[in-house]
Amino acid sequence: MKPDLWNNRDFLAGLLFIVLGGLAVALARDYPIGSTMRMGPGYFPTVLGGILFLFGVYVLLRGFRSGEKMKGEWGYRPLALIAFSIVLFGFLLDRVGMIPAIVAMLFAAAAAGREFRLKEVLLLAVVMTAFSAVVFSYGLKLPYPLLPGVWWIS
Amino acid sequence: MDILNNLIFGFGVAFSLENLAYCFAGVALGTLVGVLPGIGPLVTIAMLFPITFHLPAVPAIIMLAGIFYGAQYGGSTTAILVNLPGETASAVTCIDGYQMARQGRAGPALATAALASFFAGCVGTLLIALAGPTLGEWALKFGAAEYTSLMLMALVASAVMTQGDAVKGLAMVALGLLIGVVGVDVNSGMARYSFGIPELVDGVGFTVVAVGLFAVAEIVVNLESKEAREVYTGKVTGLMPTARDLKDAAWPTVRGTAVGACFGVLPGTGPALSSFATYMLEKKIAKDPSRFGRGAIEGVAAPEAANNAAAQTAFIPMLTLGIPASATMAVMLAALTMQGIATGPQVMLDKPDLFWGLIASMWIGNFLLLILNLPLVGVWVKLLTVPYRWLFPSVILFCCIGNYSVSNNPFDVYLCAVIGVLGYVLVKLECEPAPLLLGYVLGPLLEENLRRALLIARGDPTVFFTRPISLAFMVATVLILVVMVVPAARGKRHGT
Repeated sequence: MKPDLWNNRDFLAGLLFIVLGGLAVALARDYPIGSTMRMGPGYFPTVLGGILFLFGVYVLLRGFRSGEKMKGEWGYRPLALIAFSIVLFGFLLDRVGMIPAIVAMLFAAAAAGREFRLKEVLLLAVVMTAFSAVVFSYGLKLPYPLLPGVWWIS
Repeated sequence: MDILNNLIFGFGVAFSLENLAYCFAGVALGTLVGVLPGIGPLVTIAMLFPITFHLPAVPAIIMLAGIFYGAQYGGSTTAILVNLPGETASAVTCIDGYQMARQGRAGPALATAALASFFAGCVGTLLIALAGPTLGEWALKFGAAEYTSLMLMALVASAVMTQGDAVKGLAMVALGLLIGVVGVDVNSGMARYSFGIPELVDGVGFTVVAVGLFAVAEIVVNLESKEAREVYTGKVTGLMPTARDLKDAAWPTVRGTAVGACFGVLPGTGPALSSFATYMLEKKIAKDPSRFGRGAIEGVAAPEAANNAAAQTAFIPMLTLGIPASATMAVMLAALTMQGIATGPQVMLDKPDLFWGLIASMWIGNFLLLILNLPLVGVWVKLLTVPYRWLFPSVILFCCIGNYSVSNNPFDVYLCAVIGVLGYVLVKLECEPAPLLLGYVLGPLLEENLRRALLIARGDPTVFFTRPISLAFMVATVLILVVMVVPAARGKRHGT
């Protein structure tokens, strides 16, 4: 396979559609299809997966011909850090409470930016934590502990 | 004078202290996110609507609607002062608005934009009041077959008419519909695509999809690109346009309103395309087209009128038929559904306070926006100096809390990260996420109506072509496909 295919946006989009569509059809084989009159749970997803697959084939083939390149590089670093910050928040909220979760999330997300200024991030963390505690815990009474075992009950 | 009575009733609802407060909060927030680049009304509504569960339906929807049309006002402010559209719908306003600002006429440009928006907003709202009941009554005759064809038309149109590639748009609709399939099938009780994960049996949450696709993916895109922002530092002086300005802007405003009102109702077009179309129209009929691009006031008034009119009339299909015409309206529909309101033609009869209260609140909201945007424009401009490196972690935070608060379960937060990664990949491959969201929202409805229509017709698929209304939708669908896809495919071939 030519290396520049990995930079070809149509080829990659087509590949993605083929994989997802194929997966959808394959998984839907476990669900009864039924008939056109009485559709089973597998009918609709099978048809959709098939459509997605076919569009994928078309877009992929078009990619060979057009050879349109992607704009810019993949932003691996911001993507990974932003996704990580979100997962971190979900993971920490239950276990150690809202305040550590927010601080950790903000630091991880801020690290994804082009410049990371420690003082600013600290200030942002203080402001956003205070804001969230007041609005979400106190105002909207969302049932999350602020710290392990510490709740804002009013 | 049924409508008059209804409107009076609506104003009675909208003028309650609570509703006024939420209307104000909505339009102020809308202006804010309109001004701030990188956060749009769609993301804001998607982030906030889990929180609106705690509110009654009427103020919740009044506030969410205010965010949507308020953003159209805010977007024009940045377009004029910074040459940066806060909203895609204001992209065209940049061309002449920024030129006016550079010629020292920022004040009149802002005033013209706000006044044109106000006029269009009022007319758009009136159109909802006039067209809503009529359309709703007509829609009461719709059966499953009609709804199926209508949704098919809306989905195809949204895929084909958004910027970018029509074929990829159609694939995105299919992908969105598939994501909508996840969860328990209502008819058989079978869990589909749940991979044995109990949280997925309930389906993929709406906030998860909307926030992941639009907020997370867009932030990553913004972070990888390196563009500097040039902020207009000159002072805004002399807000009032001259009598000549007003005269020049009057007809373009009316024409822009008309174009925008039509585009707003059509699926897939929305405010962005309407402002572009009306700019082209003004340029074509102008006596001296060369003035455009050098600070022509018509080039500010017409697109601003158009995007506001479209923002209002976009509510018509969503409220009366229960079919959203754009991704943002899909968010509004989801918010209504979450509040336990069945949208569709019944909404006017079942929930008159919601329908007429919302319409009246839009009038009030447009008026509030005029006040918020003209005398206070300096405040909004100051906000532009907030650096993005403070903004985006805060947005991610609100996305996380919003997602978590839907089910109080970290799973939704994890899933949002996954959808965010998918959304980023799709954006990089130039696949528009809007059709996907529309497909996701309409998926369950489409499947249900399709099944019901075919069950009633005993499995005969010609039912979609023998019933006249359904046939009309089908013909329209095919026409849209033929008109938009065929030239695009041919153009591609010539291009290579």
